[in-house]
Amino acid sequence: MTDSGRSSRVRWHILVFLAPAVIVYTAVMIFPLFNTLRLALYTEAEQQRVFVGLQNFRTLFGDQIWSEQFWNALGNNFWFFFIHMLVQNPIGVLLAAILSHPRLRFAHLYRSAIFIPTILSFVIVGFAWKLILSPIWGIAPSLLDAVGLKSLYAPWLGKEEYALTTLALVSVWQFVGIPMMLIYAALLSIPEEILEAGECDGITGMAAFWKIKLPLILPSIGIISILTFVGNFNAFDLIYAAQGALAGPDFSTDILGTFLYRTFFGFQLQLGDPHMGSAIATAMFGIILVGVCIYLFGIQTRLRRYQF
Amino acid sequence: MTRPLIGAALLATTALTATSALAQDVTLTIESWRNDDLTLWQDKIIPAFEASHPGIKINFTPSAPAEYNAVLNSKLDAGSAGDLITCRPFDASLALYDGGKLADLTDLEAMANFSDVAKSAWQTDDGSATFCVPMASVIHGFIYNKEAFEELGIEPPTTVDEFFAVLDTIKEDGTYIPMAMGTNDQWEAATMGYQNIGPNYWKGEVGRLALIKGEQKLTDEGWVEPYRQLAKWKDYLGDGFEAQTYPDSQNLFTLGRAAIYPAGSWEISGFNTQADFEMGAFPPPVVNADDTCYISDHTDIAIGLNAASPNADAARTFLNWVGSEEFASLYANALPGFFSLSSYDVAMEDPLAQEFVSWRGKCESTIRSTYQILSRGTPNLENETWNASAQVIKGAESPEDAAKRLQDGLASWYEPQQ
Repeated sequence: MTDSGRSSRVRWHILVFLAPAVIVYTAVMIFPLFNTLRLALYTEAEQQRVFVGLQNFRTLFGDQIWSEQFWNALGNNFWFFFIHMLVQNPIGVLLAAILSHPRLRFAHLYRSAIFIPTILSFVIVGFAWKLILSPIWGIAPSLLDAVGLKSLYAPWLGKEEYALTTLALVSVWQFVGIPMMLIYAALLSIPEEILEAGECDGITGMAAFWKIKLPLILPSIGIISILTFVGNFNAFDLIYAAQGALAGPDFSTDILGTFLYRTFFGFQLQLGDPHMGSAIATAMFGIILVGVCIYLFGIQTRLRRYQF
Repeated sequence: MTRPLIGAALLATTALTATSALAQDVTLTIESWRNDDLTLWQDKIIPAFEASHPGIKINFTPSAPAEYNAVLNSKLDAGSAGDLITCRPFDASLALYDGGKLADLTDLEAMANFSDVAKSAWQTDDGSATFCVPMASVIHGFIYNKEAFEELGIEPPTTVDEFFAVLDTIKEDGTYIPMAMGTNDQWEAATMGYQNIGPNYWKGEVGRLALIKGEQKLTDEGWVEPYRQLAKWKDYLGDGFEAQTYPDSQNLFTLGRAAIYPAGSWEISGFNTQADFEMGAFPPPVVNADDTCYISDHTDIAIGLNAASPNADAARTFLNWVGSEEFASLYANALPGFFSLSSYDVAMEDPLAQEFVSWRGKCESTIRSTYQILSRGTPNLENETWNASAQVIKGAESPEDAAKRLQDGLASWYEPQQ
């Protein structure tokens, strides 16, 4: 019995070890992805699925009602991403730089405290911030009142001009721990000898950060940027938890994720349209793919790496 | 003899209790999204039915509201759905009927106990076939804090002028927020705002049907005026109402901080437990004191027959009973705020529910204007109405612009409006 397995030269163990990952990944990632791309080319007529080629995309980009919603969502998405890049990542770098300071006390405590929101559920974050900012029960108005700045308070989540920025900042609050951790790890991996060599040449304090540490952590910042990009363009949960599927007020917080959800699954009296939904999903996939490609071929290849 | 046996045997797999049933007993299974009502069915409705109908057993098997449509569809496709199907209003159920999943119940005796408006949510577009027995509706109006009104010496208003006079009085006094409503969730503005006061302006069914036929437009006076009224509400809502959510509004009112709550009758049981002051209700105010009043008496829930049910006869017996006075009275009293749609005069104990239902006697009933047919296309009129109502209340869009936007959206896909 044992000999029959050995005599065949096929190396089964390779297949056996690869199989679980390949099967799971194919079943939950590759197949759904391609099926979604395929679904975008169909529509439903008379309760039958019919092939219509690129018609759904023509509707999405050509029809005024659809395209307006799409560009609105895309524009909001870019703003969402812009706020993250402008606020989350610089703060993340700054926090990491402070935390890696050897004389800082309670560094572990701060690190955990800043990282904890990252592991919270979106629903909890959305709900908690909705309460904090609530004009009726929230602590934001009374806190501002206590320092005499009540006039600065506005029902931010209900105002078209502030709602999206407010939600982006909530998201920054939640996820600032991730760039912090990655940069912190990168900073720790910089050998002491390099910094000491710099000191001998008279580069100390802030100059050491700008001239030695920052160039060395640039690859990490690149990775963080692309993670932020992918995460933001796939975002959905926070907006849905805080503002609902209609992404109010007046669609000012509508991003591609909520637009996709409304279209694909339907909402209230609007019945779901999986085919138009797939078209939107395909467009999202395209946007993310282009963004990642620009990063991979345009930026990452030019980053200099240093081996120690 | 064998068919009911097979049926009973099949159903026994879902209902363990059925094993002890007698051979000729038929067990009917009800699919529903009302899992909140499980105890009500088990303790009150099912015993009442089984007592008067020996030989038929009922098994109530609800699923979660958000999953109901999907679960039901897959069960119907697989042939494992129950005999009786709780029907959502309008298109969701119509699609089931068109797909041959729901049986035609037009000739059911109990249908005579329901008005045309009551049945409209579960009929084909031409009204030729009815496929679900209406169970309950919800009525819109305003709930107010009686103690606050007494304190300020004001009476519930009947006309629009009185309505705003009352709001002005409450605002001047300053103890209470005049009206508890926010625009954050958008649907309150449309459902408790526009659809609440609107029927008085578009003359209920007359306007609603004319809109469906294409004889009226959303830019007509009757459809724009409610928006002009809503635009005036802004000054009477609480600070930061733009970010106020639906639960916020409910709490503001039940904590006694707001005097008036634009409501739907489904709030009654919740408010009864939350609020420790006496509440009253008044219907949407009319323009002139002797105008006919119109109320939104919205059809919300019904029950139909699975076309593939092997126990159709027993199921029809049950459906006839659902259309009876006994059921109407049981259901309406157990769930104050969900009113029977039958033509019977159902006695209810809850004073607030009594007040709401009394309007049926003096006002004309209609349903929400956007629910039948008009929300089938893209853009979806109901969702657009949420957005427009919230925008108008916030003052971000003029009533005329909002109406024009809705009309353009509707005309883009709905032929009679083109």
